[in-house]
Amino acid sequence: MARVVVDVMLKPEILDPQGQAVANALPRLGVTDVSSVRIGRRIEIEFAGAPDLDRAREIADKLLANPVIEDFTIHVHEDATAEVA
Amino acid sequence: MRIGVVTFPGSLDDGDAARAARIAGADVVRLWHGDSDLHGVDAVVLPGGFSYGDALRCGAIARFAPAMDSIIDAARGGLPVLGICNGFQILCEAHLLPGALTRNQHLHFRNRDQFLRVDSTNTAWTNSFTAGQEILIPVKNGEGCYVADERTLDQLEAEGRVVARYIRGNPNGSQRDIAAITNEAGNVVGIMPHPEHAVEALTGPSLDGLGFFTSVLRALAGSAGVNAGGHQ
Repeated sequence: MARVVVDVMLKPEILDPQGQAVANALPRLGVTDVSSVRIGRRIEIEFAGAPDLDRAREIADKLLANPVIEDFTIHVHEDATAEVA
Repeated sequence: MRIGVVTFPGSLDDGDAARAARIAGADVVRLWHGDSDLHGVDAVVLPGGFSYGDALRCGAIARFAPAMDSIIDAARGGLPVLGICNGFQILCEAHLLPGALTRNQHLHFRNRDQFLRVDSTNTAWTNSFTAGQEILIPVKNGEGCYVADERTLDQLEAEGRVVARYIRGNPNGSQRDIAAITNEAGNVVGIMPHPEHAVEALTGPSLDGLGFFTSVLRALAGSAGVNAGGHQ
């Protein structure tokens, strides 16, 4: 079944303390070559019928993302089985 | 005067907000998020808590409650509205106030008594204070870091719309130490700390919170020199 995937990220100018906390923990894993981590949110929407990108964009703009602090991108995820691998 | 206090699923401080309004001398009307009828109230308080479990973003879902549709319309028409903590987050999500509340910069939930300086008394909710007055009320939030773009912050300051700032320590990293702001008309105020928890000597660190509730009663009575729609 085709799903619409919405990726929501904090705008670049908004501080991401969660991402910073993760970045600061990486040296404990022995990882020392990462300069920045930023955390966002992925939302999958399944429509009853065919995926409606315009409707998905409206949902993202009005509810899923706060345009004051966040940007979003939308794409159709065609093959759900590919993800299992 | 009738002050409505809205209860959302996950509201915590609706009882204290109602109690504070009653102590200030108001008749309290409990409003339900699913009811678009405001029952003729003269002002509304959106209380603190975790509406809808903070799902998605704090206040993001509460903003679409039937009661909020009516409150947004009425607020644009001048109805005094005070959003406390989660209520402040809801007002930002509803675009009645600019900016947004984000995770505390240190990532810790912060719960303590907090000094504020009241910077603007030209609002429906702060006319009982004197400009520059220092007050002590509890702050308790995990997502209270106020952010907005530089232009918006400059505009808020230039127009006297920063209502209160944190002093003697910023508990959450809010830009320019902002604890409370108002809209252009001065009838809508959002505040992150909790005035409703500082209205009785037995339970609060002071009685300073009472001023927010007595202010709106003065504004409604028209005796305050400013009115709900007359922000300068």
